Amino acid sequence: MQMYDLPDARGHFGQYGGVFVAETLQAALLELKVEYEKTRTDPEFIAEFQRELKHYVGRPSPIYHAKRLSDDLGGAQIYLKREDLNHTGAHKINNTIGQALLARRMGKPRVIAETGAGQHGVASATVAARYGLECVVYMGSEDVKRQAQNVYRMKLLGATVVPVESGSKTLKDALNEAMRDWVTNVENTYYIIGTVAGPHPYPMMVRDFNSVVGKECIWQMPEMIGRQPDAVLACVGGGSNAMGIFYDYIGDESVRLIGCEAGGEGVETGRHAASLSAGSAGILHGNRTYLIQNADGQIIDTHSISAGLDYPGVGPEHAWLKDSGRAEYVAVNDEEALAAFHRLCRIEGIIPALESSHAIAQAIKMAPTMAKGKVLLVNLSGRGDKDMATVAERSGLQFFCRASCQQNAKT
Amino acid sequence: MTLLANSLASTKPAGIKAASAATRIGETFARLEAQKKKALVAFVTAGDPSREITVPLMHAMVESGVDVIELGMPFSDPMAEGPVIQRSSERALALGVGVADVFAYVSEFREKDNVTPVVLMGYANPIERMGMQAFGDRAKAAGVDGLIVVDYPPEESHDLLRTMDSVGIDVIYLLSPTSTPARIEMVASVGRGYIYYVSLKGVTGAANINTAEVAAVVARIKAKTDLPIGVGFGIRDGETARRVGDIADAVIIGSRIIQEMENSPPGAAIDNVKTLLQGIRRALDA
Repeated sequence: MQMYDLPDARGHFGQYGGVFVAETLQAALLELKVEYEKTRTDPEFIAEFQRELKHYVGRPSPIYHAKRLSDDLGGAQIYLKREDLNHTGAHKINNTIGQALLARRMGKPRVIAETGAGQHGVASATVAARYGLECVVYMGSEDVKRQAQNVYRMKLLGATVVPVESGSKTLKDALNEAMRDWVTNVENTYYIIGTVAGPHPYPMMVRDFNSVVGKECIWQMPEMIGRQPDAVLACVGGGSNAMGIFYDYIGDESVRLIGCEAGGEGVETGRHAASLSAGSAGILHGNRTYLIQNADGQIIDTHSISAGLDYPGVGPEHAWLKDSGRAEYVAVNDEEALAAFHRLCRIEGIIPALESSHAIAQAIKMAPTMAKGKVLLVNLSGRGDKDMATVAERSGLQFFCRASCQQNAKT
Repeated sequence: MTLLANSLASTKPAGIKAASAATRIGETFARLEAQKKKALVAFVTAGDPSREITVPLMHAMVESGVDVIELGMPFSDPMAEGPVIQRSSERALALGVGVADVFAYVSEFREKDNVTPVVLMGYANPIERMGMQAFGDRAKAAGVDGLIVVDYPPEESHDLLRTMDSVGIDVIYLLSPTSTPARIEMVASVGRGYIYYVSLKGVTGAANINTAEVAAVVARIKAKTDLPIGVGFGIRDGETARRVGDIADAVIIGSRIIQEMENSPPGAAIDNVKTLLQGIRRALDA
């Protein structure tokens, strides 16, 4: 097993990562880096983090053998890491608990977050309520319209949701706006970034907090099958659930790591969010990584059926894992993800998030080509309750969020 | 960090500060110092609100008493900008204005003005996309004198510094109220042209400036460098410009100009910007 110890002291994963931010943010990032360095090895912090994960989140999350799906495919056995069973319904809570505890240690009474689909916003609003912190969530105004249910969840949890009207009015613009808030209010404000992107130390820190997912698999898989899986699959938008499950497997090269990006309407159509599969290196949101950009270096609009993968960049550690060949990245398109979504619903009684459905779709593609003794471990990173409206709309079905809508529709 | 500053400093060609007097930026600050005047630095976004306006606007700003022009290169994700400059960047991008257009504007400006320094200001990604050497060569050929890249801090800009030094373009760095003494030292040792001091915590176009606080930090920076210091963010009128002029070498104004253009009826933008800048120039010279 080789030693893997990236990033370096200034946050570089090879040529990727780093701290590409304006001078106005440097002091805040330095403060965070110093504080996190102290915290990550502090036994008291680790104990509190683990206590919260156990009693508040419900960890460890189980691994489930999707036997009926595997039998149906007639090849490799598919196992699901059930992050969908966590409190709030996804892996996102692992990271927000870690960062909220850090915010509290740093004496910051106010937290801010960016969100696309609203999952990270909900996870942030949840922990803010849990620890008594003020919470402001930035969300592109287009996403506010598309994700009304999550907006309401955040409000129920006491957060303020600020619609962002700049740029493409989506996740990347929400991140820009959260950064602007942070620069302005840095004395009392902690910025909880939701993915393994952004300037150092965020990619490392978010990975560390989510790596509990892979750490559990490392002991759970031998318990279940007597060995580690042949491949680990996870969907990749910014890449936090994938880094979470990949990280502890990086040193074990007998395990393939497969990241599944959003191929949207097909990479060849240009309407996708597959930065690693079809993008090029550049600098956005404080780090060097793969981006979806035009010939002028402007970031262009992305597309995915799943709002959580709809991001033009990707965490810098994934960029490094791709270039080094340690991980493979594939693009899975909307239709494939949607088919996998329905199949898992019907055959296993599990409604997966559309994000996670991309990884399931890839497993469905691979399993029949592999021997029955082979094992694919898929990170089922979230549950699909939030996607009801999207799926219903795609299927041409009526779906109503409240009784009064139905009344209106009848007239 | 001090170690890094030293290693960066050692890559600096000998006598760089003396050499920079030979550039348009160096000459301009030397001339103003001899005249006991402060520099007025004006920022506009290239191609906003139209492609045609930029070059005439640049000339009009010089006629109104502007000493250095900062020309914004539009970027899709201007993380450090407030709403005014974000809007201007979006308007230019909607017209398809890219780095090549910015070079073309500077070339055209140079046909009639070979004295006023032009500094390009923008973000790292469009520069990396073009390639640093190609960017530097084309910028120099167009007549660019300086470059501010908001998201290239000194630690991440070894290649940029080396390339721009080789073509003779000054890389200008920012300092802010939260900059640590170590960072001030680092920027002082690697910076060229002038130092851009961001007077406020926050984004461009934010509230009002506290000149007493600014004076204290400017004095700390002055102790570390001979480079001129420009102060920007929060300068909205002649009165604040005059007070900033008392403590710094240059007054930088941006969002206020763009706002003036946004509020102007069609065809009146250039005249209104001239009136605004003439007022600030008078206050600065008083």
